[in-house]
Amino acid sequence: MPEHKIEGAEVLKDTSDHDAIAHEASGAMGDVLLEVDHVTLRFGGVVALNDVNFEIRRGEILGLIGPNGAGKTTCFNAMTGVYTPTDGTIRFKGKEIAGTKPHRINHLGIARTFQNIRLFPEMSALENVMVGCDARHKTSVLGVLFRAYRVRPSEEELPANGIRRSFAKVFGISRHTLEERAGRRRSMELLRFVGIADRAHEVARNLPYGYQRRLEIARALATEPELICLDEPAAGFNPAEKEDLMGLIRRIRDLGHTVLVIEHDMKLVLGVTDRIVVLEFGQKIAEGTPEEVARNPKVIAAYLGEPDDAA
Amino acid sequence: MSQISDSIRGLQIGNRWDRAPKWVRSVGLLLVIAFAFYLPFLNVLPFAYIRTDLNPTGSDWASVLFLIVVYMIAAVGLNVVIGFAGLLDLGYVGFYALGAYSVALFGSPSSPVVEALQSRFGLSDEWAVPFVMCIPIAIAMSLTAGVILGAPTLRLRGDYLAIVTLGFGEIIRITARNLDNVTGGAAGITQVPVPPGPEVDGRSFFNTIDAERWYWLALVILILIVFLASRLEHSRVGRAWLAIREDEDAAAVMGVAGFKFKLWAFAIGASVGGLAGLLFGSKQQYVEPNAFMLNLSFLFVAMVVIGGSGNIVGVLVGAFLLTYLPERFRELQEWRPFAFGLALVLVMVLRPQGLVPSRRRAAEIEDRRHEAEEAAADA
Amino acid sequence: MDFDALISGLDRHTLDGITRGSIYALVALGYTMVYGVMKLINFAHSEVFMVGTWTVLGVYTVLGATSGMGVGAVIGATVLALLAAMLASAGTALAVERIAYRPLRKKGAPPLIFLITGIGCSLVLVETFGQVLKAFFGPPFGRVTVNVPSVIETKVVFTIPGLDLPVTNTRLLIIIGAIVMMVALDTFVNKSRLGRGVRAVAQDPDTASLMGVNQERVIMLVFVLGGAMAGVAALLFTVQYDITKFDIGFIIGIKAFTAAVLGGIGNLRGALVGGLLLGVVEVYASQIWDSSWTDVTAFIVLVLVLMFRPTGLLGESLGKARA
Repeated sequence: MPEHKIEGAEVLKDTSDHDAIAHEASGAMGDVLLEVDHVTLRFGGVVALNDVNFEIRRGEILGLIGPNGAGKTTCFNAMTGVYTPTDGTIRFKGKEIAGTKPHRINHLGIARTFQNIRLFPEMSALENVMVGCDARHKTSVLGVLFRAYRVRPSEEELPANGIRRSFAKVFGISRHTLEERAGRRRSMELLRFVGIADRAHEVARNLPYGYQRRLEIARALATEPELICLDEPAAGFNPAEKEDLMGLIRRIRDLGHTVLVIEHDMKLVLGVTDRIVVLEFGQKIAEGTPEEVARNPKVIAAYLGEPDDAA
Repeated sequence: MSQISDSIRGLQIGNRWDRAPKWVRSVGLLLVIAFAFYLPFLNVLPFAYIRTDLNPTGSDWASVLFLIVVYMIAAVGLNVVIGFAGLLDLGYVGFYALGAYSVALFGSPSSPVVEALQSRFGLSDEWAVPFVMCIPIAIAMSLTAGVILGAPTLRLRGDYLAIVTLGFGEIIRITARNLDNVTGGAAGITQVPVPPGPEVDGRSFFNTIDAERWYWLALVILILIVFLASRLEHSRVGRAWLAIREDEDAAAVMGVAGFKFKLWAFAIGASVGGLAGLLFGSKQQYVEPNAFMLNLSFLFVAMVVIGGSGNIVGVLVGAFLLTYLPERFRELQEWRPFAFGLALVLVMVLRPQGLVPSRRRAAEIEDRRHEAEEAAADA
Repeated sequence: MDFDALISGLDRHTLDGITRGSIYALVALGYTMVYGVMKLINFAHSEVFMVGTWTVLGVYTVLGATSGMGVGAVIGATVLALLAAMLASAGTALAVERIAYRPLRKKGAPPLIFLITGIGCSLVLVETFGQVLKAFFGPPFGRVTVNVPSVIETKVVFTIPGLDLPVTNTRLLIIIGAIVMMVALDTFVNKSRLGRGVRAVAQDPDTASLMGVNQERVIMLVFVLGGAMAGVAALLFTVQYDITKFDIGFIIGIKAFTAAVLGGIGNLRGALVGGLLLGVVEVYASQIWDSSWTDVTAFIVLVLVLMFRPTGLLGESLGKARA
């Protein structure tokens, strides 16, 4: 397959007949956001990913599933800059991202959560989310130290106290202060959005498991990603919590984020995604709408071989 | 068990301070600062017993206070590196030396560098770079050294960084000793300039006799540095450092440029160290390589970790204790390295979070202890 | 810069460097083994070596050994000094482990704290000889350089034909002694049951402890072995240089650590390669520039290695089969 081609053509070609429905469903949202283009990844003699090829379109919820050791997380890590593919490319908004440093990838607009929760354990929930918000802030170290960069505040940003108000009118307010306030406000909003605002000031380590999972999502959302990747967000959840999570994932999409979900739990994946890519032994074995994938004999075989995961 | 109750007691004092109304905290802070400025004249019994010049052989009280504050400045700077960013810098004395040598090399009319400039540009024998200009030079030199040293080494594992910085500290000292025609070699440099000021009683304002003026100058700088350091701590920069310390990979995925922030910490620490060295060299009016032995590096690290790394108040306490006690008990000076080696081991083994710990650090260490205990119970 | 001085005596300087490097290599073993098993730089290891040199001095003093003795007496005194130094150094290493590291391990303290207690122990040991013992016993303890009697009289044993390079008995003893000890240690770690435990813990502490390897015992073992090797180094050092001092450990320790990193820390054979290489480089550098820059050269080598090949020449890992 040639390296460069028109994006639309790629979509049409790759989404051959069997996922036409999905294409129609997300057609309005349109263009390709991320392309995994014939990616192969080898570790020594082990082939972790073999010529994997799919794309994520703006505004959809894509599920990436497969039995244990199918290469889901490896694929994910390649997309977020942890591994560099041996062969093939990964393009985000048409730009190659393979080999880019993780923090740069985040700045490009990809955020992720971790399968085994990795919060900053001694920071409060709010601070955890604020670290995410900081990714979009512009204040430099010198800006923090000397606060010389002043911004003329809008009416609602002016302090209530009379003296300070006139001071702020004359000298402006430092960008650092404004960003800090905005970050705090936005972080609270995000905590409310994922439903854990009641314990915002508690240290992350002391939060209950379900809260920690949601906090990770809030932290990832705080970096204002175009694409948010959730690595087994439902691991360890009971059915009621899974139901909640499905609602949350849909609301995230409604905010305008594109969502990639890696999951074991078939019910959750089938219930929430627009399209599904199935991996087995590092190879893509199926792609299509949830209904198609659920009917696909290869997928059924793969999951029958791994009864734990079908549960 | 006593450790836990200790750290909880520590937390309570901190919490009470945090919960106090803002005006109480401001007044309290002002009182502490006012008392600090008054300290050189403290001569009311029984408080006067803290003075170091009670007997004729004791060291000059104001000079001791000055040294304490200079070491506090250095410790606050090193705390940015160790306490905030979690990097072990064992060559901090190198930056301190660079600061002192910058002011000596450029500010002293008898330094080889200035003499070369004099003959190159046909200037008078009296000419030297003015003191005020030496400040940016000193900061720039130590900052540049920090960046040059940090850029290649900060990507290394933490314990490698410790060794490389240790080597750096020694390289600076040995170079200063060996390069006779640039640094004056082992003989050092005299006539280091002092800050400008009005003449009082026929002497310059900052002279060798009125040490309390030096102390006040250093105190003002210390207050400024502490103010700036706490600004950093409670900002996106402080959060980024904490995030890197807790989970560097997760921080990177959240968009925190780990290397950049670590380098900043290193550079900030270096320039503060340079500033402290500048004050020291200027007060001494004499700079020589033996003033910058490696032991001083260990002393700085000890101040930070014994006080409680990450907590500025703790670091100030650590710097105070480790500078004041040896001066107060000067007759035991020979025992000083032994005592602080012993103190390092004892404090770290019994109270790894330091005497006045940062609440966050204390919690981190408490956590790890539980994990270790659980792991031991499992095995 | 003076390349002529180097070139004209190249063979002599190389031999000099190898002698020096053998001692670095032996001390480096202690760093490398502890690092391989615990991922910890044992800062106090330099002082373990220092204690060894003082022990040698002590044994010689007690025995009243001098260079004028008969062959049998010389060998006897040297062997006794060797055993005592090995014992004292191993004991010191073990004590450091017990006092400074084990309590922290129990608390799960962060790595930084281990380094700091290591520095603390190092200071305590240095000052024990520089100050504490002096206060009780007076000289030879204190902050001055002390002569160690040169029991073995330096004699030229043979001359390397073609190069016209005389080899003395002390040099021969150092080089052969170092190599024999290293081969013995290498065989021990690779062949014996205890050695297998060491390698298992180095590779994967958790799995090793599940498989019934007693991790605490392995840690004790590496400290004892590393200490004993530092004791051997201490004897060889006194044989060559005839001195000791309270702070002699610091520079040798730093060099040995550099050697360990140079060869690939955690790798026993790497320590040998790194030690010899560093010794030779240092001697060459001191010829090209001047000896006051020797230490700077070593540090710069260390920085360059860490920057361009942080895993060292032979690669890291005590766990791998090549040890």
